[in-house]
Amino acid sequence: MSDNLIFRFEVLGNDFTSAGQASVQVKKNLRQLGFDSEIIRRVSIAMYEGEINMVIHAGGGVAEVIVSEEYIEIILEDTGPGIKDIEQAMQAGYSTASDTIRSLGFGAGMGLPNMKKNTDTMEITSTIGVGTRIVMRVLL
Amino acid sequence: MKISKMQELLEAKVLCGEEFLGRHVYSACGCDLMSDVLAFAKDQAVLLTGLVNTQVVRTALMMDMNCIVFVRSKKPGDDIIKLAEEHELVILSTDKPLYVSCGLLYTNGLAGSKEVKK
Ligand SMILES: Nc1ncnc2c1ncn2[C@@H]1O[C@H](COP(=O)(O)OP(=O)(O)OP(=O)(O)O)[C@@H](O)[C@H]1O
Ligand SMILES: [Mg+2]
Repeated sequence: MSDNLIFRFEVLGNDFTSAGQASVQVKKNLRQLGFDSEIIRRVSIAMYEGEINMVIHAGGGVAEVIVSEEYIEIILEDTGPGIKDIEQAMQAGYSTASDTIRSLGFGAGMGLPNMKKNTDTMEITSTIGVGTRIVMRVLL
Repeated sequence: MKISKMQELLEAKVLCGEEFLGRHVYSACGCDLMSDVLAFAKDQAVLLTGLVNTQVVRTALMMDMNCIVFVRSKKPGDDIIKLAEEHELVILSTDKPLYVSCGLLYTNGLAGSKEVKK
């Protein structure tokens, strides 16, 4: 079995209620594939944080999960405003979220650091006015 | 602690997952900030919160929690109940505030985060 499995999702922007649906689906798929629960949890948390970010900061995007024999890769791509200073954004507590987002239970500036914590590799490329692409891997 | 015992202590209504009240849970966290739950919770099975939206359910799902307690008489909508039912979560609703609810469970033996004996 050398073919990778690929799951692909459109993540709708500005629809906070449905945000996270892709992550819930991925979690279900990984369970069905019989992965270890700790691996599933790490992938789920990282993807969910990234998915929420795409919805609240970037107006949606595309999420792709690739399951290979060595790793599970999560690719999140949006055409949002981009991140000006990635190093700053990675710091715990840094957030530009609005009060509305905060009243919904998010916007503590914990998402990006939490994505890093739960994955083995994480790469962010972002261009102002063009969008953001995040690639994370959890090694198996 | 069995979820049914939690229900009794909190004098809570069961909004869904009646058939899972016999499940045992070993720790809980009380929080209105989902960012913090995602970043800091570990192995807690129960989330007590005053925040009501679908992301509370998805956050609980991502963290492998299996029971949500909405405090201070918060009424979740049908979309929340439906999502929880689909994923076999128990939802309880209590009139008590967050602080009191957490205190009741804690003093009756339900641990917080780093205290769970394995
Ligand atoms: N996809 C994105 N597009 C544009 N900006 C982003 C994106 N993801 C994150 N950011 C920026 O980086 C900041 C930090 O993100 P992070 O996920 O750590 O925190 P947050 O989303 O603000 O709060 P939390 O994740 O705790 O709910 C955000 O406030 C936002 O300014
Ligand atoms: Mg975030």
